[in-house]
Amino acid sequence: MIKRVNFQRHKPLAFLLLAPQMLVLAVFVFWPAAQALYQAFTVTDPFGQHSTFVWFDNFRDILTSPEYFNSIYRTAIFSTGTTVSAVLAGLAFAVLVDRVVRGKSVYRLMIIWPYAVAPVLAGVLWLFLFHPIYGAIALMLKQGFGIPWNPLLDGSDAMLLVIVAAAWKQVSYNFVFFLAALQAIPRSLIEAAAIDGAGPIRRFVSIVFPLISPTTFFLLVINVVYAFFDTFGIIHALTQGGPGGATDIMVYKVYADGFLGLDLGLSAAQSVILMILVIGLTAIQFRFLERRVKYAQ
Amino acid sequence: MIERTPKLDFFCHLLLIAGVIAVCLPLYYALIAATHTLSDVLQVPMPLTPGNELLANLKVAIERGDLGRQLLNSLIVSVGVTVGKIAVSILSAFAITYFRFPFRMMAFWLIFATLMLPIEVRIVPTYAVAAHPLQGLGWLLDETGLRGPLESLTGWNVEAVVKWNLLDSYAGLILPLMASATATFLFRQLFLTIPEELLEAAKIDGASPMRFLIDVLWPMSRTNVVALTVILFVFGWNQYLWPLLITTEASMTTAVIGLSKQISAAPEAVPKWNTLMASALLITLPPVMVVIVLQRWFVKGLVDSEK
Repeated sequence: MIKRVNFQRHKPLAFLLLAPQMLVLAVFVFWPAAQALYQAFTVTDPFGQHSTFVWFDNFRDILTSPEYFNSIYRTAIFSTGTTVSAVLAGLAFAVLVDRVVRGKSVYRLMIIWPYAVAPVLAGVLWLFLFHPIYGAIALMLKQGFGIPWNPLLDGSDAMLLVIVAAAWKQVSYNFVFFLAALQAIPRSLIEAAAIDGAGPIRRFVSIVFPLISPTTFFLLVINVVYAFFDTFGIIHALTQGGPGGATDIMVYKVYADGFLGLDLGLSAAQSVILMILVIGLTAIQFRFLERRVKYAQ
Repeated sequence: MIERTPKLDFFCHLLLIAGVIAVCLPLYYALIAATHTLSDVLQVPMPLTPGNELLANLKVAIERGDLGRQLLNSLIVSVGVTVGKIAVSILSAFAITYFRFPFRMMAFWLIFATLMLPIEVRIVPTYAVAAHPLQGLGWLLDETGLRGPLESLTGWNVEAVVKWNLLDSYAGLILPLMASATATFLFRQLFLTIPEELLEAAKIDGASPMRFLIDVLWPMSRTNVVALTVILFVFGWNQYLWPLLITTEASMTTAVIGLSKQISAAPEAVPKWNTLMASALLITLPPVMVVIVLQRWFVKGLVDSEK
């Protein structure tokens, strides 16, 4: 779209205005993305001197490796666990804060602040609580409930730890969006239902939840993207994909294969698979946007 | 308030208080750990009330870990990313909404496409670009045989120019993080809602495009700029993967990376939790303060930048 009234005699200026953005994008986005695409189809010798075009060999290697399937499986668990718990907690907080009258702004403040904590710091804070030797929650689990707990050795404990840290940080984001959606619902709808005798729970199930379902769907997509890409720091600082590959999510494996394993072709093939995933998720998100526009009219 | 339900309201408050305690629990424990000596922290069970060692721990954390320098680096990076991205985005959004020129739609779609390429996905080749940005130039000069003549004619050391890179530099930390289109879209959406009459009036008054941008569009975008600043500052401050790769010298790392290196350096050894938590609190303070103080703008920025 362009403004109906616009500048027509300033073409050089337009290019000049656009130049910085295009330059930064070309050097740091398009060129690397093209390189990833090229590397995905080549094999480079260990010294990085010569590369040979090998068609789909890298993809065949990666798609037949048990480690990659393990990584897909762990990513599925991690992103589902993070998304479901962060969205549910965000929704619960938003519904409660929307309902109470007193202390609203205090509650809101106490829930919003974790957004500003770096994912890796969130990981460190939770590791301290869950540390097998002196973590407060770990001790409670051990002494109070007799549950042996060691995220440094046990794979499912480690997965639980990274899910808790990742979800904790994302709750505030979901809370902000749900609260905005709840406050946008016309009061008259709720009042009409109340006059008809619907209690708070009935009103939530039949009126409020259907009205905020577009927001819920949008947040599900955003949370999956978050769990896929933004949680690298948590994994890298806490578990490094371990123990025994139990938290080896896909974005960590791209890094590990590329920078630690130095297998550029294999890493690039995984990058391309991730790109396809992001494009799919973005497409879903835009379908949602279209629907939301219609819904608003 | 629809109806009076004192019992339900009480229950809501109870749930909220429990939830808020759960959310703030890690912060509270970090605070306790940061205010005790290491031997107190490692007691089982740990003390549950804050001690009075906070200043001592902070002092150790700052002196040992070069934290002051790293905090300064974080500040430079997050301010750089924020200012750079807003400047670049506002100019390009102005160009694609207010100018008619060849390849306008192509520029728009190219910017749009970058939304689908987060840095985590293209990390290995982006690092290669930052490590050898001018490798292509050297290759070109060799292939065309121009290297020798160029060196003798201008006296340049081509090898040194080609070896120039962005590792361990602020430009290397900031520029790749600026490369994303979200802010451009935000400004584009905003400009599309600005009435056409404003430009007509400005044109009649004889305003040049830049004057229109500075005197009309910029004042009208100010609230969005503040909102975006909050989001981008937090984004820049909390970056992890890119600063981890691009910096090797301790004096160039950001605070977040410096802290995480203290843990991963010795996975088996006991980290010095008291000073670690003291520095964690110090590092988290700036972005948290920005979000809390500018809460209204933060919420607006968050909701706007996803549209």
